[in-house]
Amino acid sequence: MTAPLLSLKNFAKSFDENQVFSGVNLDVQPGDRISILGASGSGKSTLLRCINLLETPDTGTLEIGGEIIGNPQRTGKARYRERDLRTLRQRVGMVFQQFNLFPHMTVAGNVAEGLVTVRGVAPAKARERALAELQRVGLADKADAYPSRLSGGQKQRVAIARTLAMDPEILLFDEPTSALDPALVGEVLGVIEQLAREGRTMLLVTHEIGFAYHVSTRILFLAERGIYESGTPDEILKNPKKPITQQFLAEHQRFQF
Amino acid sequence: MYEWNFAPVFSESGLLLAGFRNTLILTATALSGGLVAGLLLALARLSPKRWLSMPAGIVIEVFRTTPPLVQLFWFYFGLPIILAVEMTPFLAAALTFTIQSGAFFAEIFRAGIVSIERGQWEAASAIGMSHNQCMRRIILPQAVKRMFPSMMERSIELMKTTTLVATVSYADLLFQANEVAQKTFRPLEVFTVVALMYFFFISFVSFLAARMERRFARSGEFSL
Ligand SMILES: Nc1ncnc2c1ncn2[C@@H]1O[C@H](COP(=O)(O)OP(=O)(O)OP(=O)(O)O)[C@@H](O)[C@H]1O
Ligand SMILES: [Mg+2]
Repeated sequence: MTAPLLSLKNFAKSFDENQVFSGVNLDVQPGDRISILGASGSGKSTLLRCINLLETPDTGTLEIGGEIIGNPQRTGKARYRERDLRTLRQRVGMVFQQFNLFPHMTVAGNVAEGLVTVRGVAPAKARERALAELQRVGLADKADAYPSRLSGGQKQRVAIARTLAMDPEILLFDEPTSALDPALVGEVLGVIEQLAREGRTMLLVTHEIGFAYHVSTRILFLAERGIYESGTPDEILKNPKKPITQQFLAEHQRFQF
Repeated sequence: MYEWNFAPVFSESGLLLAGFRNTLILTATALSGGLVAGLLLALARLSPKRWLSMPAGIVIEVFRTTPPLVQLFWFYFGLPIILAVEMTPFLAAALTFTIQSGAFFAEIFRAGIVSIERGQWEAASAIGMSHNQCMRRIILPQAVKRMFPSMMERSIELMKTTTLVATVSYADLLFQANEVAQKTFRPLEVFTVVALMYFFFISFVSFLAARMERRFARSGEFSL
């Protein structure tokens, strides 16, 4: 078997006295679509943010395509230089709950920004690529609007286009629809489903359990400071074995009809 | 009843205009120097490297907490003693007001930079931008718009503070006004005219600034 696309070994993270998780191991193969579920505060965002080093894990190694990122120290905490961060982030893209579009740039400007500034692509070429990405998320007609003129769903689709423009091999989504009006959730999930169908590798933190069931190849359930239970969507969502998972799902299904 | 007579003052208007010109030159020099110094000081102050942030913090605090007149005297009378350099009134004034307004601008820059949401940094980092690229492309352009009103306020303050240079015999508007007052024995008229010159110039600049601010707001980039 080839090396996994992404591999976490013995990941741990705490904030001061608060141990969020420890001993997390995870291998991600190309084409995997992993949904991360768990109660609020169980560390879903923290885990995702440690994967692209927006947070620095306390211990553990991060490998991408078999290549170790950063310099592991004897203490177990790796050291990451700006160059390591750049290597990693070229290959791992992230979409945020709050979109975080650049308000002083047009929609096309937002999408082209990384190409121009990070990759050194000529502005005209970058714009062409940006328009193609906007086309993919159905927003080519908004290319020259500013983000403040868009609806939440449109903003999130632009944010996805901005991430895709950098050709990441792995996509991280942190509750991409949680800041949206219910009526706008569908258009964003539609784009993510499309990406799933194209065979993209992704890790998705979500509270949309039905969506997770349909698009995921694997579910991780976080509790008790780590990966509490994991398996296929059928295993975890239909027949959870462990009590906290069962309770979480029961809670979620209480008001379903 | 005092009898106003502006005629002697107007006959010396050449002196006043020359003084006004010098005031503008000094203000423009200190303003452009101060903006550059302020940005550099703010970036140093915000740097995670202590050997950059600490000295920057000290410079900023020293220049914000000492009276500008003391700073001016220090540069004009003190510096030549230490460094054995020739100090002209203009050089001393330009140095003093560049660093002094730089210290104030640095605080404005810093406040503007830290007011930008953390999500902007994170989104920029996530597409692979370095710290410097984030700062230059994402953070500063947004911060500058937010800082614009306080920058204007500070610049006006700077122009008024430059009147202190009259004390080291730099021929600014106030210095020239003193000359004219002594020549014409009409201090009341002279200083009335001088006050009006400041009033009209600064009001005009404020008016332009307010218009620019409205244009920024209208381009829609202010709201998120
Ligand atoms: N920057 C931070 N500083 C201190 N504590 C933090 C920080 N970020 C997260 N935490 C803490 O870490 C724990 C995990 O938080 P995290 O945001 O990862 O949870 P989550 O599973 O994403 O929750 P939610 O579903 O509410 O988004 C929480 O106890 C939280 O308070
Ligand atoms: Mg979260």
